[in-house]
Amino acid sequence: MSETQIEINHVSKVFKGSEQEVVALKDIHFSIPSGQFVCLLGPSGCGKSTLLNAIAGFSLPSQGEINVDGKLILEPGPDRGMVFQEYALFPWMTVEENIVFGLKIKKEDPAKVEQKLADLLRMLKLSDFRKRFPKDLSGGMRQRVAIARVLALDPPIMLMDEPFGALDALTRRSLQDELLKIWSELKKTIVFVTHSIEESIYLADRIIVMSYRPGTVKKDLCVEIPRPRNPSDADFNKLKRELSEMVMAEQTRFEQAQLLGSTGD
Amino acid sequence: MTGTGFLSKIKGVWVPTLVVIAWEVVVRLGWVNPQVLPAPSAVLIRWYQYLLPLEPYDPQTSSRWAWVFSGELVRDLFESFYRVMLGFLIGGGLALPLGLLMGASRTIYDYLNPLIQVLRPIPPIAYIPLAILWFGLGNPPAVFLIALGAFFPVLMNTIVGVRAVDSIYIRAAKNLGAGPVLMFRKVIVPAAMPYILSGVRIGIGTGFICMIVAEMIAVNNGLGYRILEAREYFWSDKIIAGMFSIGLLGLAIDTVVSYLNNYLLRWHRGLDS
Repeated sequence: MSETQIEINHVSKVFKGSEQEVVALKDIHFSIPSGQFVCLLGPSGCGKSTLLNAIAGFSLPSQGEINVDGKLILEPGPDRGMVFQEYALFPWMTVEENIVFGLKIKKEDPAKVEQKLADLLRMLKLSDFRKRFPKDLSGGMRQRVAIARVLALDPPIMLMDEPFGALDALTRRSLQDELLKIWSELKKTIVFVTHSIEESIYLADRIIVMSYRPGTVKKDLCVEIPRPRNPSDADFNKLKRELSEMVMAEQTRFEQAQLLGSTGD
Repeated sequence: MTGTGFLSKIKGVWVPTLVVIAWEVVVRLGWVNPQVLPAPSAVLIRWYQYLLPLEPYDPQTSSRWAWVFSGELVRDLFESFYRVMLGFLIGGGLALPLGLLMGASRTIYDYLNPLIQVLRPIPPIAYIPLAILWFGLGNPPAVFLIALGAFFPVLMNTIVGVRAVDSIYIRAAKNLGAGPVLMFRKVIVPAAMPYILSGVRIGIGTGFICMIVAEMIAVNNGLGYRILEAREYFWSDKIIAGMFSIGLLGLAIDTVVSYLNNYLLRWHRGLDS
């Protein structure tokens, strides 16, 4: 593998509520080499989105630090493109205006912007929808636009927060395949948050299972199954069983905590 | 909608037609004093006279178009329209930037909000004595009142609109490298636009009411002045003609604002039909 790109250095995150403190992340420590596809897997409340937001620079760790390419993360930046579950497209902009938003900020040469836009529209099969507003698109289409918008800035790292969580199973599978294609063609580092065990095995080089409160790394494993992976294969299912036990144990703790009314969210 | 024939398309015509006929009949039969309630035919004739130019056409002194538009009604419409637009532009033009600032900055909001909460419940009409004392008679006090009427609706809606901007848009824009100025122009203002435009619509409506009142008190032209003047001569037909003119001007303004609204918010979910 190539050199370390994201270095998460003994990171903790504490949210101070009105009544109690919630330890969302506790002493997370691992690093991600460039070009790796990493899934953060765990039930709700395990801090996987908190960790992703910390890497994105939206909310900084309470303790410890995160370095990307040797530089300390203090704020969001276009080198770490974020794809949100809720798409977060700007509804007042057309598809093409959304995609070129970041390029316009960088004051790219208009001819170059036009070229890049055409490439992205083709790559994500959006050419017929370039003048549409997001409200006229399906969930799957919207997420393609969100991916194109991030890819426009050609970030070395893509951060994805349950991007396909709201999509139906078929749309999800086809977007997963496209994401894998983009990843292998463009050699991005991807940190992908999900609570779907199958999705994580289908996509990732490496799965990091997180525990429910405090969020810690419960298991860090590499997926050795060759791609394209088939969810009905024996290897796939063996790993799925293994991970299910782990994740369900955390899910049970999450549910018990909810019954006791001690969750913050 | 049931049926597709011509008769079903003009459903909305029947009730007003019946009302007008009943009105005409009641006056013709002498059941009411025509000085109190003139017949609709008399109103229509008076309306037409009100629209006509005062002088006969003279090619020496004016062009054909200038003559066609030299009638009293046309001038009154123009004066009233000009006043309400000028007042709205001043009031809304001050309210918009202030509302954006107050919506975006908690500190500015905390400094200014108490003052605004004290001033806001005072109806603009209550400023009439002060407006005349400060600005005398004529356009200035009228425009002041209209501006005041438009100011608060635009201000309050803009504040709420900026506050209601979903933080996910702000996070997405930051992630794509947007700085504060661009964030404001390209993200916060468009996201708040549905609220701002509903403030504009209410503001113009309030300004319109203020315009009529101000014309009755401080100015000697415009539609509001004209119906009060007609009362002094006991021209009840002209009063009613003037009232319908006011209604039509209001309708025209609201229609234009509504088109503008639909165009600017064509991206908005709520407008799916």
